[in-house]
Amino acid sequence: MPDHSLKSVTPLGHDMPESVTVGPITIAEVTDIAMASVAARQGRIADVADAAQKIGVTLPEAGRHAAGTPCSAFWTGPEMWMVEAPFATHEDIVAALKPVFGDAASLTEQTDAWVRLRVSGADLPRLFERLCNVDLARSSAGDAIRTMIEHLGAFLLIRRPDEIDVISARSSAASLHHALAAAAKSAF
Amino acid sequence: MTQPNRIPGGLIDRAQTFSFTFDGKPYRGHPGDTLASALLANGVRLMGRSFKYHRPRGPISAGSDEPNALVELRTGARQEPNTRATVVELFDGLSAQSQNRWPSLAFDALAINDRLSPFFAAGFYYKTFMWPAAFWEKIYEPIIRRAAGLGSLSRLPDPDIYDKGFLHCDVLIIGAGPAGLAAALTAGRSGARVILADEDFRMGGRLNAETHGVGGMAGADWAAQAVAELAGMPNVRVMARTTILGAFDHGIYGAVERVSDHLPVPAAGQPRQILWRIYARRAILAAGATERMIAFEDNDRPGIMLASAVRAYANRWGATAGRRVAVFTNNDDGLRTAEDLRASGVEIAAIIDSRKGEEVVGSRGRLGLRSVTVRGGSGKTRTVECEALAVSGGWNPNLHLTSHHRGRPVWDDTIAAFIPGPGGPGGLVAAGAAAGQLSTHAALRSGAAAAAAALADLGQTAAAFDLPEAEDAPVSITPKWHVAGKGRAWVDPQNDVTVKDVKLAHQEGFRSVEHLKRYTTLGMATDQGKAGNLLGLAVMAEMTGQTIAQTGTTIYRPPYTPVAMGALAGRSREKDFKPTRLTPSHKWAAEQGAEFVEVGMWLRAQWFPKPGETHWRQSVEREVLATRASVGICDVTTLGKIDIQGKDAGAFLDRVYANTFSTLPVGKVRYGLMLREDGMVMDDGTTARLAEDEWVMTTTTANAVPVFRHLEFCRQCLWPDMDVQMISTTEAWAQFSVAGPNARRLLEKVVDQDISDATFPYMACANITVCGGLRARLFRISFSGELAYEIAVPTRYGDAMICELMKAGEEFGAVPYGTESLGVMRVEKGHVAGNELNGQSTALNMGLGKMVSKKKDAIGMVLSQREGMVAEGGLRLVGVRPVDPAQPLTAGSHFIATGKPAVSAHDDGWLTSVVYSPHLGHSIALGYLKNGSARVGERMRAVNLLKKTDVEIEIVSPHFFDPEGERLRA
Repeated sequence: MPDHSLKSVTPLGHDMPESVTVGPITIAEVTDIAMASVAARQGRIADVADAAQKIGVTLPEAGRHAAGTPCSAFWTGPEMWMVEAPFATHEDIVAALKPVFGDAASLTEQTDAWVRLRVSGADLPRLFERLCNVDLARSSAGDAIRTMIEHLGAFLLIRRPDEIDVISARSSAASLHHALAAAAKSAF
Repeated sequence: MTQPNRIPGGLIDRAQTFSFTFDGKPYRGHPGDTLASALLANGVRLMGRSFKYHRPRGPISAGSDEPNALVELRTGARQEPNTRATVVELFDGLSAQSQNRWPSLAFDALAINDRLSPFFAAGFYYKTFMWPAAFWEKIYEPIIRRAAGLGSLSRLPDPDIYDKGFLHCDVLIIGAGPAGLAAALTAGRSGARVILADEDFRMGGRLNAETHGVGGMAGADWAAQAVAELAGMPNVRVMARTTILGAFDHGIYGAVERVSDHLPVPAAGQPRQILWRIYARRAILAAGATERMIAFEDNDRPGIMLASAVRAYANRWGATAGRRVAVFTNNDDGLRTAEDLRASGVEIAAIIDSRKGEEVVGSRGRLGLRSVTVRGGSGKTRTVECEALAVSGGWNPNLHLTSHHRGRPVWDDTIAAFIPGPGGPGGLVAAGAAAGQLSTHAALRSGAAAAAAALADLGQTAAAFDLPEAEDAPVSITPKWHVAGKGRAWVDPQNDVTVKDVKLAHQEGFRSVEHLKRYTTLGMATDQGKAGNLLGLAVMAEMTGQTIAQTGTTIYRPPYTPVAMGALAGRSREKDFKPTRLTPSHKWAAEQGAEFVEVGMWLRAQWFPKPGETHWRQSVEREVLATRASVGICDVTTLGKIDIQGKDAGAFLDRVYANTFSTLPVGKVRYGLMLREDGMVMDDGTTARLAEDEWVMTTTTANAVPVFRHLEFCRQCLWPDMDVQMISTTEAWAQFSVAGPNARRLLEKVVDQDISDATFPYMACANITVCGGLRARLFRISFSGELAYEIAVPTRYGDAMICELMKAGEEFGAVPYGTESLGVMRVEKGHVAGNELNGQSTALNMGLGKMVSKKKDAIGMVLSQREGMVAEGGLRLVGVRPVDPAQPLTAGSHFIATGKPAVSAHDDGWLTSVVYSPHLGHSIALGYLKNGSARVGERMRAVNLLKKTDVEIEIVSPHFFDPEGERLRA
């Protein structure tokens, strides 16, 4: 942990991550995951895949998320992934990953570019059908789906049928949270 | 209170009674009633006034095709005009008012229009109100609009919420009558994902309105059993009260689900309606058919209804429009009405079958039917006393959705109606009555077959469907469109179009169906021609001597029935119209009392008022002077940041920027100008080289996304061989500008490294740490013209950072400043911004021509050298000051030479940005002036004809402040 005097705030502006429950749905801010984008340099995809193994993850196919230890990853574009790691040990995630990927990949810190809202509850399709054009009935755990929610670009990481991480731009976290909570109130 | 026209039977719950009012008068009804069925049961036939002539009208139908019985539903903010009483589900406490009448429904003063009808024939407004021309907008149009109208709006904000959503299925089945249910059972039992939608609150379609049995039980019971089975299937979604409003591209259907319209108010948090977008791999249109009227003189009196509606009111709702009913028909179907009514104890006054040479030639009864005049085969007329007349002119398949992709219906002589033709929306087929299969048996059979075919198309196997026993009467119809006569025979009651109007259109040459529609308004408004379109066509066909098929048909557009604007808007209204982006210092700025301004979706602090400041300019001038005197701090996170890496990143930047970047040393920043392919300036900003192969580009706030998209296009499509990777980091870093003579002294208290001018000179950049070890980025760049830095920390620390900076700045009197002060300082410095980067200006226009490097190729290079764009004497950026410092300048003023008239021939350019400079003590402006760089020192005028200002000005250098740039290098 860097030794500095600055206190952090969550994307929703709280000191600590907050969780709200609307009917059967719980929406919780998750701030303990650091993220970096890993984009393969030209012709280096094999090296990138090998390096990923060293941080405990097999880079997933398009539209998928792969869990690993200490790092996980989801696909974000051709030869491009978002690598996740515990914030406590990987706050300076680029510094941590650089020795592993070397010059095979371009690494960019993305931790604070995003808000992650963990949405859990039974019958999540009933909630998400009010929010985005994703056919959850046809999706399965491990899917990482790019979509739009109330005009905002978002990734849905399907962790389990009853737990989905919604990852979207940090600056509009409050608007996203409002959309999710309003839909939860309306759908159940 | 009794319900005089309530008769036995029906699918209403008589154990419960609802109270409701119509025009303030109380009535009783039952669950399962519609407003129309309950009013009829209460003996009320008069429910509205017609659009143009204010004629008394009652319902003619029992469904969504109703053109007459339009009411205002509810009161206050929930008041909804033009609601069809025939589809309003009755609830306890419902309140409805008649509309388009004054002072009352029974006595409407504007019924005078009916007496003046010779003046209001089709197209009257093209002829009657031609003079004097000035009267049209101010006098005629307002009067006509007030007189000819529908319901009124409450003018209050809609208190309800509306949702939008997305559904996916293998097969969408539109309509839950016999065909739809057979299709749904076939597809559902086969395991396919099915959505079954019906606009009615009770599924079953005509099965609920007929006495025929299905599978050995009452049709309504068979329907209820089928719906229950479907509702129990996890792969089937049964959606009652849901109208499929249109067929759109690629198997997408729009649907409105009326979640709460049958309740007095929606439950807390629940939407009133949901607009669904349904993605269907296949769709089956089982929307049934609509019966049509036969036109005869005065065929619009309350009590004259479609035979199928009269039958539906009796069989489904236990209501009749009268105790003595006559039937007028041209086909066997009309006879069913007589049978069913007789069985319910209603007296049948006469059956007038046009196939036997009899016809109805007139009617009497001012506010409700009293009698009809019947002419027999011999030509002799007789009067038949009756309170209602059930008319059957045949059935029109509800093929509307099949024409949403310009699919043209085709004529079918056997049923004398249009049926769906080829060329409709891909993947959509019609079944049952919508396809012209008019018997119950045929509907069941064709519904099941359509589902089996859809599944086969999708590579799925359909389970066998045992057809239940059902009636299969052949259609026996001899078309009868209208009865010849002198009076007015109504073709389209919605718009008061008569047989005469159609004949007039023909006489005046408006014979094409599209002309007929527009000349007479036939087929327009809420019922979209469901009631009258074909009748109008038939009359026109008769006039032209062609068949109806030759005459043609208009095609239908979405929506199938009217849709509330609120449903289309969904949640995107008021403050939720779009998402809001907040800066990392937003919470802090709000605590300081900042005024915010919308910049795209961002909210940025515009200025920070102090107690006692009553005008925004006081705050802004204080912020500017304090920054120039000591130090100011501004959140600049909103500027786009794009992380660009890769071996070829430098070469890539050379191609997307007009100036050279590959030569920039590590640890340095350069201002860059980006051109569009057409040579105009696209955006500007600074790009920093943090490492050999790592760059950070900044863009203007407005262009953050367009520039990123442009770069991705270049990377992926233009030069896929370059080794370049990029991602937006706009949101990842909280970035603050610290500007002013004391900026360095302030930052030295925060930054962990040496940032003296020697180690960190102007245009330096570095990865640093702050506050004892937090990773950060520092850039020595200046927009204000002061000694200035931009410092970035991970966004979660942005709130702490602004507090830390302000604390460190206390001893220097540091001020936060907003976008207004930013604007003042950049104009003082002569920097271009949005007003100058207007998409039609070149680097040369901006005085930045030298930045376009001739040593390399870049996007926009070639076209920026076009003759007209490099011509001498073109627009150039200049500075402007008023000759009299007391005179304010106004933005948008045009440059006019002294002594020349202020007309476009003498327009020499315009003022792009105007501010009051507290530093200089007068207004200053930037502007684009013809041959501007050669005209410094010239005196001319800034004329604004809209604001009526005309100020003598002097052209000066655009660099008002510290033109040598000594301050920012200090």
